[in-house]
Amino acid sequence: MEAVFLIFVFVLAIFLGFELISKVPSTLHTPLMSGSNAISGITLIGALASLKSDNVQVAVILGTLAVALATVNVVGGYAVTNRMLEMFKKKDGGAK
Amino acid sequence: MSSMTLGINFTYIISAIMFIIGLKMLSSPATARRGNLLSAAGMLLAIVVCLMNAGLDYKWILVGMAIGTVIGLIAAYKVEMTSMPEMVALFNGFGGISSLLLAWSEYHQHPELSVFLAVVTFLSAFIGGVTFSGSMIAFGKLAEKIPSKAVVFTGQHIVNALILLVAVGSGIMFAMNSADNYTLFLVVVGVSLIFGVTSVIPIGGADMPVVISLLNSYSGIAACAAGFVVNNTLLIVAGALVGASGIILTKIMCKAMNRSLSNVLFSGFGAKPQAKGAAGPQGEIRPATAEDVYYILEAADTVAIVPGYGLAVAQAQHVVCELGELLEKNGTEVMYAIHPVAGRMPGHMNVLLAEANVPYDQLVEMDDINPKMETVDVCVVIGANDVVNPAAIDDESSPIYGMPIIETHRAKTVIVLKRSMNPGFAGIQNALFFNENTRMYFGDAKVAIQALVAEFKSGD
Repeated sequence: MEAVFLIFVFVLAIFLGFELISKVPSTLHTPLMSGSNAISGITLIGALASLKSDNVQVAVILGTLAVALATVNVVGGYAVTNRMLEMFKKKDGGAK
Repeated sequence: MSSMTLGINFTYIISAIMFIIGLKMLSSPATARRGNLLSAAGMLLAIVVCLMNAGLDYKWILVGMAIGTVIGLIAAYKVEMTSMPEMVALFNGFGGISSLLLAWSEYHQHPELSVFLAVVTFLSAFIGGVTFSGSMIAFGKLAEKIPSKAVVFTGQHIVNALILLVAVGSGIMFAMNSADNYTLFLVVVGVSLIFGVTSVIPIGGADMPVVISLLNSYSGIAACAAGFVVNNTLLIVAGALVGASGIILTKIMCKAMNRSLSNVLFSGFGAKPQAKGAAGPQGEIRPATAEDVYYILEAADTVAIVPGYGLAVAQAQHVVCELGELLEKNGTEVMYAIHPVAGRMPGHMNVLLAEANVPYDQLVEMDDINPKMETVDVCVVIGANDVVNPAAIDDESSPIYGMPIIETHRAKTVIVLKRSMNPGFAGIQNALFFNENTRMYFGDAKVAIQALVAEFKSGD
């Protein structure tokens, strides 16, 4: 039953994703990609939650690596997206 | 479920909502930045709340997160805007491998899995591995650390099919009995890494926008599978959102090249020179000097600049913007017409021009400029070739026939800035260069435009 519930969530989220993204203009495709890429670093949450203090050594090593690499994905992804989006300015907007 | 876990799970719902609204806000340049920050805040919230789980190994979490944050920040602030595609590929690969490692670590702790859990563990590891090694190859090609040309050999499809078959076979056997099949899991990991390499090497440089979009989608799906492994709905929702967005971008890119996804992935486009009769269109070209171009531009009322990958290679975005500003001061209407697949990733040109302070309302999409092309006095094509090749419209034998292009040949005058007469990526000669209303202006994009800027300044 649990599996069915999770698959149900998954299917709904896929449809939601299609709806959300098809409205993004091509001007913003690169930030969209790096921004959604940062979201895919969500594995970090799973990696954190599975890094338990009673894990055996191999699992600790794998878990720590997973945390480190997912953090690069999350932090780097959001930072670089923000850097790009800062540059998008309207004409004579004068912002910044 | 304790009240603590319940609280944590409720907060995950808030995070998911922040991701969704954040993505929605990305659909307009005016709100995009806030949208990204909102999404980042959602991620931060999820991380903080997740750390409240009981029994975590904080020492190693701290080590992992500290290392990751430092690397991520340095990379994000050091990277040149022209190198953005390879940066995204690299980050993407890291996301993929962390899904693989997470599945592995979970399996190592609890090797006795139900069939469902074994299947999702397999998927998380396999897709994560393909994402990682595929992204690394894409990174290497984009950064030109390895040849960006398509690498093809006979029997390639058979090799790939065999690899995939081994993967699926191991996956099924693993799902039947995960507890006694640790070695099989390692085989899956190895095969996934190999498959990532063999599936991306046959794809050439100019098809990279498609590949990056696709790998982006994979990394989302890998995160999703990891969510099934650790039974976490936030991973499933966020992963599915990314998976869907990557698929949509892939579809848009394929459409912009008038090719099917399977054609991009399997054809090794551009690997072999086009064996076309008598080297395609021939004729007389009309070279122009900086001074000639200056007079043409000076007299124009509307100018459309069409940038391509050559602009990125020459790092010419800042001088191009300077030229645009000088033209505007001269009373000329300036716009930038951008083909969806110009550059090495979707929207690459837009980011470069934004970096050079071109306001985003001057960036025009292909479908908006084509209908009014006749009214454009001068099109300046900078480092683009295939995306302005009229053969896509009128030459049925051309490999790019049917691909939508920016129809610069219908403008009153076209100036093509190119380093030499070498054909573009697809190895196809471009009839545009021989048109009567075309002037060829040879040189490195940056140097050549600097010369134009100098002409304008001395002309005042």
